[in-house]
Order: sequence, then structure tokens, then C-alpha cells
Amino acid sequence: MSDTTRPDTARADLAKQAAAAPSLTARLPGLSALGPLLALILLVALGAYLNENFLSAGNVTNVLARSAFIGMIAVGMTFVITSGGLDLSVGSMAAFIAGVMILAMNALLPTMGVGVPLILAGMAIALGAGLLAGLGNGLLVTKARIEPFIVTLGTMGIFRSLVTWLADGGTISLDFAVRQLYRPVYYSGLFGIAWPIIVFALVAIAGQIAMRHTRFGRYCEAIGSNDKVALYSAVNVERIRLMTYVLLGLLVGLATVMYVPRLGSASGTTGMLWELEAIAAVIIGGTALKGGYGRVWGTVIGVLILSLIDNILILADLVSPYLNGTIQGVIIVLAVVLQRSKSSA
Amino acid sequence: MERRTFLTTAAIGTATAAAGLSLPAMAQGKKAVIGVSIPSATHGYMGGLNWHAQQAITRLKATYPNLEFVLATAGNVGKQVNDIEDMVATRNIDALVVLPFESEPLTSPVKAVKDAGKWVTVVDRGLSQPGIEDLYVAGDNTAFGRVSGEYFKANLKSGAKIVVLRGIPTTLDNERVDAFQAAIAGSGIEILDMQHGNWNRDKAFSVMQDYLSKHKQIDAVWAADDDMAIGVMEAIAQAGRQKEMWIVGGAGMKEMIKRVMDKDPQIPVDVSYTPGQIATALEVTALRFVSDTPVYGRFIIGSTLITPENAAQFYFPDSPF
Repeated sequence: MSDTTRPDTARADLAKQAAAAPSLTARLPGLSALGPLLALILLVALGAYLNENFLSAGNVTNVLARSAFIGMIAVGMTFVITSGGLDLSVGSMAAFIAGVMILAMNALLPTMGVGVPLILAGMAIALGAGLLAGLGNGLLVTKARIEPFIVTLGTMGIFRSLVTWLADGGTISLDFAVRQLYRPVYYSGLFGIAWPIIVFALVAIAGQIAMRHTRFGRYCEAIGSNDKVALYSAVNVERIRLMTYVLLGLLVGLATVMYVPRLGSASGTTGMLWELEAIAAVIIGGTALKGGYGRVWGTVIGVLILSLIDNILILADLVSPYLNGTIQGVIIVLAVVLQRSKSSA
Repeated sequence: MERRTFLTTAAIGTATAAAGLSLPAMAQGKKAVIGVSIPSATHGYMGGLNWHAQQAITRLKATYPNLEFVLATAGNVGKQVNDIEDMVATRNIDALVVLPFESEPLTSPVKAVKDAGKWVTVVDRGLSQPGIEDLYVAGDNTAFGRVSGEYFKANLKSGAKIVVLRGIPTTLDNERVDAFQAAIAGSGIEILDMQHGNWNRDKAFSVMQDYLSKHKQIDAVWAADDDMAIGVMEAIAQAGRQKEMWIVGGAGMKEMIKRVMDKDPQIPVDVSYTPGQIATALEVTALRFVSDTPVYGRFIIGSTLITPENAAQFYFPDSPF
């Protein structure tokens, strides 16, 4: 590994230097980092070989747009994990925010009428709810000093049961007329590229820049690597940690903004297991689960690998559908083994 | 649904505390207590089931003042076992109406209730040992698959191509799919694909997207569940292929029944598998305590084809499902 960027060897001042003048070698990913990329390329080749429709514009759009929700969340998760945290609540949080957003929009409908302002109000509510939810998690972790695993396990249950309660055990549905107006946010796009894909790409690029070229990113790595050293180096550890959870909450809100127009509904099963998919994507991408090193572009590849496996399994019809989970598991483990063995060699 | 348990527990506490004073008064009005233990409303179908249970209890309480009900909803197997033990120990129930979370772990706790001389009604999922329950009320999964299959057979030509979405891999899902396949056997209908959509809208949406990229010709979809049918419809709309195929879901979600009533060409029919079965179980069990009507045995609620003509009787606009 090219390790001027590793915070356990680089102090904050060194890191700043590297940020100011990043040498070319420091930015080129090492061989080990190419593991997940290699896995992705292999998967794409396999998909193209198995089914001629795999590379069709329709299928590529489907897969990318589907990845967008988990993708945005996983980018936020990368920062949380890099700074030594974890958030298990994101899937339930997305369901809860979707529920609140839909109920709020239905409630505002009589006063605001069907129109763009109503949609914008709904979006603002979703982002606001995400921010508050993330702030809640972050404060419990930093101020109340509870293990992130426990805090977010708790909030995971809370959000999940709240959305079930809001929906009265059923489904919360967006008003039909509003839905028709809102639908294009998921289904249409710019220059033939669907909106969720564009938003996901922007989030990923911003995340990559934040991780590699800003003080915030460096601090996340420093804290995840050794929070005491970071504290002695005058890093405001609590504040940075809090910010990672708030950022993740906001991104969950953003993912919900893109998710709601797809089916126009939320229920107790919305966002089920998204947290595990997001965490898996982060780890496949090469971020260390114990913190200290984060790779946003790797996370994006991890997300794509996960949704491609699903897509290929259905398109190819290779094995009994009962075995889909096995194939997914094997590929996830292989993708990680690939990069670990190379890095030790 | 934990809050409900909390309330029940609190109520028990109060009752026990007040027992010293009110015991003689209570003994006079010889009441029968019916314990009801069902899974909590974690998804649409169970939401509907909870709604029907509450409706039936309200109705029965009003009709028969000497009946009392204890409703407990459980989010997992362990909780349900505890609920049942609590009902016997603290509420002295005369009958238990139970929809087991899972057959195996609930068998011996329910048997213990039976051995204590209580009436036992089992709903939907059977216990793993036969002969424990006095009354068994359930939907008919085989008929669910068969009725759907017969509709496909009657309305598609030989050589037609269909895709199928399956539920969560369980025996229940297998029974439905096997019956469906048996019903279309010999019709020349080709099943292009059969994948699991887990009775989930989002999963069904992406599975259907993949079916649509994979297959150029699809004449009909057996979504086998109304939640999945909603995801499927969205994927079809995205591909702009609404005119090409129709969809049959199942269960009887109010939105889908409405579409059938309104003669939506995409949703020509639905197949019932009603969450109202809990209401049947409660009503029939109540009869045991208010009359001499014999009610032991098996009560299998048929799965019927819901068409625009009979849809009104399956439409419950107030239910969450």
C-alpha cells in the first residue's frame, strides 16, 4: 500500500501536506485495491457472456438505478465505518423517513395542492428527518458514549416499529395525483441517464473528494485509526464522529427522496436489510471494518457488485433460486479474499 | 406491538392488586375468557389479520357480554410462547385461539394448554403434531395455487409464455406453486421463469425488471401476492409494456380488489386468501361458549377467484390491508 495517507503513520500535519500536494503515486490505487474492481469486471464479462440483454441500455439503467439507494447510504456508511463507528439503523431509518415523508405530503396536499412546491416540501421533510435521525444516533454515540453497535441496534428497532405503527401494520401510500407528478424523479432523467444514477454519481464523487482531499476525510481516518492520538493532535473527535452520523442520516434522507417516487409507498418491510447490504458494500470496497482507512470509490464498486450478482442470477437462471444466497455469499467473500491475499503478498 | 403487551401486563397487575376486593363480584357473572395469540402486524397481511381480529373481538364483546377476550400480539416465537404461558397462568383462559408463528416450537406450549383442559383453536399454520386442537381454521394454499392456475389455463392459448414470482421459500409457497403447476399442466403454457420475490414490493419490482429485460414476449404474470403484484405493475409501466400482459396477484389487498372492481385490464382478477380467517376462528370459537352448537373439527376457508362481479364482498376499505 502507498501509505503516506495512513493516519497511523501520518500525523495531522503530514496529512495536511499530502492533501495540499498529493503525489501521483499516493493517489494511484495499489494492486490490492484493484481486487474489487477486478471482481466487478469479471462479473460484467460473465453477465455479457450469459445473456445478450445484459449490456442493453435498459438493463444497465435498471441495475444502476436500483443500486442508487444502497449506494448513497453506503457512501455515508464509509465515513462512519472509517472513523471507527457503525450504523445498523439505516434500513429502518429509510423506511421511517419514507413513511413520514409520504404522510406529510398527503397532509399538506389540501393546503398546497398538487404541484412542485409540495414535492419540494416533501423532499425538505425527508432530508430534515434524515438529519435529525442521524443527529440522534450521533449524539447517543458521542455524548452518551454508548457503543455505536448498541445505539443503532436500538434505533433500528425503534424506526422499524415506528413505521409499522404509522402504517397501522399495512402500507402508507402517496396520493395518486402527487405520485404521478413525483414519479419522473425516479423514472426519467437527463440525457437518457436516470435521476437516481446522476444523484448517486454526484454523491460518490463528492464523497471521494471529501475522503481524500479534505480535512474531514483525513480526520475520519485518523480517528478510526487511533482516536487517542487524534485527540492529542487537537482533532475534535466527538464533533467529527457526530458529523459522520449526521452526514449518513442526510444521505439516507436523500436516498429516500429518490426511493419514494419508485413505488410511492412505505411499509414495515421497506428497506429491510439495507444496512447489511450497505455495510457489505463498504467492506467489499476495501474500507477496514475496524476503521482507520476508507475508500469511497471502492464502496461504489462494492454496491455495483452486489446488485450485479442479483441481476445476473436472474438473467442467467444458472442455479436453483434457492441457491441464490449461496452464490451471493461466495462472491462477497471471494471479493474480500482477493484483496486481502494480494495485500499480504 | 410491545406496547400492547405492556398494557396487558399492567392490566394484570392492577387486576391482581384489586383481586382481594373484587373477587366475589367477579365470580357471580360466570364469564368465559378467550385468549387470542397472533403475530404482530409486521407486514401488510398480518396488519389486515390484526385489524380483523380487533374488529371481531369488538363485535363479539358487544353481542355476548359474558365473553371476555385477551389479545396478545408477538413479534417472535419466544414472545408468543411467553404470551400463551402468561394467559394460562394469570388470566385463567377457557379457550385459546392461536396463529402459531412457527409450527414446531409452538406445538408443546399449545399442547400444555390443551392438557390443562382448555379449548384450543389453531389458525392458518398447523401444529407439528396432529390432534391437539379442537378446531382448525385455515386458508387453502393448494386451492390458492389451483384457482390461479385454472384461470391461466382458461384464459391463455397453448404456447403462451408466463413468468412467476414466488414468495419466501416455505412449504406454504411450495404448496401454492405445486398446485399452480399441476393446474396448468397440459395446457401448453410455458413458464419462462420462476424466482423468489419474497412477498415484497421492492424485490418483486427488481425481479420483474430483470424478467422484462430477459424475455421479449411475456403474456401474463403470476405474481402470487398482491404486494408483489404492485411491484410488478410498476416495473411493467417503466418498460411501457402494460398492453402486453396481465397480472394475477393474490390474498385480497384492498387496492387490488378495487382494481378488479374497476375492471382494470391489467388486473383482471384476484385470488382470495383472506386475513379475515382470524375472524372466522373467533366467531366459531365464541359459539362454543354461548351455545351448544358443535364446532369441533376443521374449517377450511376456500380460495376463490375474485372477479368484478363478486369483488364487493371481498372489499374492506377500512382495513389497512
